[in-house]
Order: sequence, then C-alpha cells, then structure tokens
Amino acid sequence: MTRGERHSLWIGLLFVSPWIVGFLAFTLYPVIASTAYSFCDYDVLSKPVWIGTLNYREMLTDSVFWQSLRNTLYFAAFSIPLGLVMSLSVAVLLNQSVRGRSVFRAIFFLPSLIPVVASSMIWLWILNGNFGLLNHALKSIGIAHPPQWLADPAWTKPSLILMSLWGVGHAMVIYLAALQDVPRSLYESADLDGAGAWSRFRHVTLPMISPVIYFNLIMGIIGSLQVFSQAFIMLGGGGPQRSALFYAVYLYLNAFEYRQMGYACAMAWVLFIIILFLTWVATRSTRKLVYYAAE
Amino acid sequence: MLLDGFDAWRWVVLRRCGVFGLALSLLGCGRALDERTADGRLVVHYWEKWTGFEGDSMQAVVDDFNASQSRIHVEKLTVSEVNRKLLLATAGGNPPDVAGLWSSDICGFAEKNALEPLDRRLREAGIGRDHYIPVFWDLCAYRGFVWALPSTPSSLALHWNKKMFRDAGLDPEHPPRCLAELEAMSDRLTVVDVTRSNQAVRLRYVDLTDREKAAHEFRLIQVGHLPQEPGWWMPLWTYWFGGGLTEGDRRITALTPGNERAFAWFRSVAEKYGVENLRGFGASFGNFSSPQNPFLSGRVAMVLQGVWMYNFIDKYAPQLEWGAAPFPAEDPTAYPNVTIAECDVLVIPKGARHPVEAFEFIRYVNSQGPMEKLALGQRKFSPLAVTSEAFFASHPNPFIRTFIELARSPNAHTVPCMSLWTEYSDELRVAADRVTALQATPAQALGDVQQRIQHKYDRVLRRWDLVKDERIQEWRDNDAR
Repeated sequence: MTRGERHSLWIGLLFVSPWIVGFLAFTLYPVIASTAYSFCDYDVLSKPVWIGTLNYREMLTDSVFWQSLRNTLYFAAFSIPLGLVMSLSVAVLLNQSVRGRSVFRAIFFLPSLIPVVASSMIWLWILNGNFGLLNHALKSIGIAHPPQWLADPAWTKPSLILMSLWGVGHAMVIYLAALQDVPRSLYESADLDGAGAWSRFRHVTLPMISPVIYFNLIMGIIGSLQVFSQAFIMLGGGGPQRSALFYAVYLYLNAFEYRQMGYACAMAWVLFIIILFLTWVATRSTRKLVYYAAE
Repeated sequence: MLLDGFDAWRWVVLRRCGVFGLALSLLGCGRALDERTADGRLVVHYWEKWTGFEGDSMQAVVDDFNASQSRIHVEKLTVSEVNRKLLLATAGGNPPDVAGLWSSDICGFAEKNALEPLDRRLREAGIGRDHYIPVFWDLCAYRGFVWALPSTPSSLALHWNKKMFRDAGLDPEHPPRCLAELEAMSDRLTVVDVTRSNQAVRLRYVDLTDREKAAHEFRLIQVGHLPQEPGWWMPLWTYWFGGGLTEGDRRITALTPGNERAFAWFRSVAEKYGVENLRGFGASFGNFSSPQNPFLSGRVAMVLQGVWMYNFIDKYAPQLEWGAAPFPAEDPTAYPNVTIAECDVLVIPKGARHPVEAFEFIRYVNSQGPMEKLALGQRKFSPLAVTSEAFFASHPNPFIRTFIELARSPNAHTVPCMSLWTEYSDELRVAADRVTALQATPAQALGDVQQRIQHKYDRVLRRWDLVKDERIQEWRDNDAR
C-alpha cells in the first residue's frame, strides 16, 4: 500500500467512523454482552453472577414463556400470509390504469406513515366493544352480539392480526415497484398464447415478482415474531389472561419490570435462533419457487 | 480524485476535529463533578415523576428551599417512568442526587444496592419513627435500614355517590359497614336494560326475575360496586378478608383462606352479572382521568379509591355529591378500618455526587411547613405525626381526616416488601382474570400463583443468601461514610 493509498484509507475510515463507533458501541458490544449476560443472573443494578445454562433451562419449565411463544406463533401464522395476500392484492389493483391511481396509492400507503402510538389509539376506539366503529358496522349488518375485541381473551389476537393489515402500505409499495418491472413483452406473449387474466397473473406476474414475495415473507417472519408496540400500547402486560402476551412483550417485562436481564437476554437469543431457523426453512422451501432472472 | 486533493494540513485539521469531537462526546456522557449556579451555589439534581399541579406544588417547595439557601440550589427535572430511568442511570453510574420514587420501589432498589441508607443522617438530624404516621416510616425501611423519607402519602377509602344512593332508595349518609351490606346495596344500585314482551325495559337488578338473573338476559347500565373497577388493587383485596400475601421474609402466601375468599368474591360477582355483561360494561368506560370515568359519570356508585380522587372529582365532576369512608371488610369487627397505605418517597441513589446536600433538601421537605404546603398543593395529607389545624382548615377535601385516620389504623396494610412484587402482583392479576372469566376456581388460580412465584422467590432468596452478609456490611459502610 502506497503512502497515498494509506492516506486515503485513513480518510475513508475517518468519514465512516461515526458509523463504526455506533456499530461497535450500540450493536456489537450489546450483542456480545447479551450473550454473556444470558448465562448470568443479572438484574442491571448488581454485578452479574455466572449461572451457566440455568436461564435457558428455566425457559423449558416457564409456562408463561411457552404461552408467549404460542401467542407469537399464532399471530405470525395468520398475520404473515394475510399481510402478503392483502398487500399483493392491493398492489395489483393499484397497478391497473384507473383514474386517480396515484391518489389511491397515497391513501393506501398513508396508514403506514402514522406513528404506531397514534394508530394504536385509533384502533382502541375502533375495536371498543360498546362504542367501536367495527362493532357498530357489525351490528348494522345484523350481528347482534359482536365480540368484545380487546376484553375477551378469544378475540385479542385476532384483533391485533386485523390491525397488522393496517400497515401493509410498505409491502404494497415494494410490490408495486416489482409489478412495474415485469416486462410488457411477457404479457403480450401470454396474450398471443390466449392466456386470460388469471393465467397471466399465475404464470407471468407471480414468477416475475417471486423474489419480492420472498423478501416480504422474510421481513414478515422477522417483524411478526418481534411484534411488540401495538400489543404493548393497547394491552399492556398481555391483555386479559395474557392472551396477547407476545414474546417480545414478555422479554421486555423480564428485562425492565422484573429486573431479570439475564433471563431476558437468554430469551432474546432463543428468539434470534427461532427467527434464524424459520428464515432458513422459508428459504429452503421456496428455493424452487423463486425466480431470479440472472440465474 | 477528491481524496487525493487532501493535503497534509487539511488532514491534520480533520484529525484534530475528529479527536475534539470524540472528546466532546465522551465529556457529554458525564456530568461536571461540582456544577454551580452563577452565585456559586452547588446544584443538586432532583428527578421527580409529577407533572401538572402536582409538579407545580413540588416546584413551589423547591423554590422555597432555594430561596432559603446560600449554599445549595435544587434543580428539579420532571422524568416520566422515573423508576425505570433511575435504574438505568444508577447502573450507568450517573444518577441524580435526589429522586422521587414510589414506596414499592424501595425493596428492589435497596436489595440491589442502588440506594444510600439514611440511618446515620437521620440519627444526626434527630428524625425518627415517632415523627411520622408509623405505616409511612415503615414503608421507607427495609432489612433494618431506612432508605427514604416520604413526600406525599395516600390511603384508600370507599367513595360513594350520594345521588345514586338516594335514587335507589338508600340512605345517602349511610355507606355500607360490611361486605355483605355492600353487596346488598350494590344490587339495589345496579340498573339493567332487559327485554320483556319485545319491549326494552329499564329496571333495577333486584327487580329482575330469577330466570332473567340466572340467564343473564340483561345489559348493565349502572352498577353499585365492582371489585375490578378500577382494578388497581386486585392483588390486595385479601386484606379486607383478613388475609395476607407473605409470611416472614421467605414465604409467599397466595393460597390462603383469606385470599381464596377474596377471589371467591370476584367470582361471585362474575357469576351474578355474567362474564359477557361485565366485559361489555367495562368496555363502555372512558379513561380514568376524564369525565367518562365510571364513578365520575355515575356508572359505578361505589369505588375503592385513594386520597387523590378528590382532585379528579373537582376537575371533572364538581357537582358530584360524594362521600368517603373506610371500605367495608368482610368482618369489620375483627378487622376494622382496613386500608392500603402507600407513599411517594425521596431517595438518594447510590453514586449520587452530593448526598449531604441531597439529604438537606429531603430533610427540608420533611419538615412540617414545607410538607403541609406540598400536601395542600397536591390535596393529599401529611405523612408526619403532627398536622396543624390550619392545614385541615384550608384543605379542600372534606374527608381528609378519614384518610389520615385510615393511615393510622392498625389495619393499614402495604404492598409486600419484596423485590419480586411486580411479578407477584402480575401473577395475581392474571389469576383474578381467570377467576372473573370463570376459567378457574380461586383455589386453582391461586395455587398456580403460589407455585410459580414461590419457585422464583426461592431463587431470589438463594441469591440473596449468597450476598447478604457482604451487602449488609456494605450498607453499614455506606451509612457510616
């Protein structure tokens, strides 16, 4: 390396140093520290005490841990496919040449720009069992006893799944970009072969946007397994009978309410492994379904 | 290329800027050791949770203190979720000099060595238990050390709506004296909508037929009393049934006859009104701090509430005709005047830079004049043993003496002093949820709490046993410094 190159390297490093410092201090160090703390009895205030794998073993017998995991997987199992279908459907509709298309696009994207606290407050009212808009609508179509969405343990998770569809705007925009990238020539060829609208969608659109569907699927897995904000704001420590106690909420309670930071760190690592595993499964199972033009 | 254009001097300037910036950032993480005002007074940092008129009342006391001082200047900062932020600031070695916590925080913070013991300073200042209403002093002590002094205290009492009593044909000046009487009055006060011969009829619960009651074929419009409204003390109802939540300092007693009877009471209310009816009724309540509060809006006739309730009545329902009295116990002759006493406290966090000055401020707040000023401003009462007649004369809450009497009662209970309390109370809440949803019997739900929390508590105690001697010695050393 010449003197000039070394000079340039140092200047380059200096320019990226804020990021490097931030990464080391706020990402790498906490990640390493959380690994160590996960093997400790640690309450933030006193010195951590090494306890080996006790935190991990305790998880096996912690019924609330399993309940939070079940709640989270239930949420993910419904919110991910529903979110994928909904965002893709809306994107396909908004990709049609209709009047006022850009206005519709803006309207559908708008909810995802609303801060989560504000939207949670709105949903608290929409889902109110007595005065909520949703139950008002249900009563107007003849459902005399609509659910107490947030007060009945059977309906808290469906409520949050329903709410999660509110934020499909981001995925929708990504789908829209992908839909516009599908070459016109492929549709023209399909037309010449006599393909109908469904066949064009099934055999042209879906394969061509499959990498984007895959991307949204992975993002959906990561996001839904870490679901926290809406549940925490609307239902605090897990709602009635902990029916909406999600994994990240229980992790938070352990870390900051119960001062069991060691246990919370162990939970964070288990969540990381679960997400890693599900992402691997999703990648393996969709390998043959995702089409990359460059391959 | 752009980078090639950098000559040596620019490189030097850039590097110096970088080092300077880094140094500034590091300096920004800490605080100057002795911050002083322009006139040379030492600045004492004080974190407090209160906002609004409560914050203003404390600010007035702080201003008085600052005006009386030539050496110290207290700077009050309002901090939301102060206990959580103090925890992190103390762990990071950068706490304020004084902090306003809740009494229920003391055990957890003290056990983790996050507070300065005050014993020596209290002895030197001549302050002792006899200066306070005993329960509030006891709330500030843990394992033989005193960790805090009270700022504003509270006790709980039955609040009842006199107009609703009158409308129901009850004597508005005669609140219930025992739990059975409360339940009977509650039935009279409860109003429902029911459909009879395809006609919607509004009537009192006591006028329903046995079949309508059993089938829960009604909609609740107003209720006499519900144990789950506002629900803040669900884990603590046991005290009104002669029960308790801990035994000694090593055993939790979730599954005791008193607690079982309290939970059976929750269940009986759910069975009487119906789970779905109660959920629907609960969903119709507005926020606590709003005119739609169910007590303020006349939806619930009787509630267990603290001394602060007067402020909300005054703000949102000034026309309300109300009274406050001891909440009736199951057996009022065996355990009269049951209440739960809690208080806001002032502590010196471990690592505070100016503990001497911090204590001087705490001591000032705990003298009669400033304490009564603070209590009057917040419309609460003084935790001190002696209260002036002028305080009572100018206090706007007509029932303030009731709250003081309750705090002085031998049956004034407190939240159990244990570091695991947050988790214990969460478990009790879930158990209460299960019971009121008729998903579990009291014995089942409380048995689960007993098993889960005792297991966790044993672990906490094992850890405590390992460090206890060292920790207590450390406390003694801290106190002697």
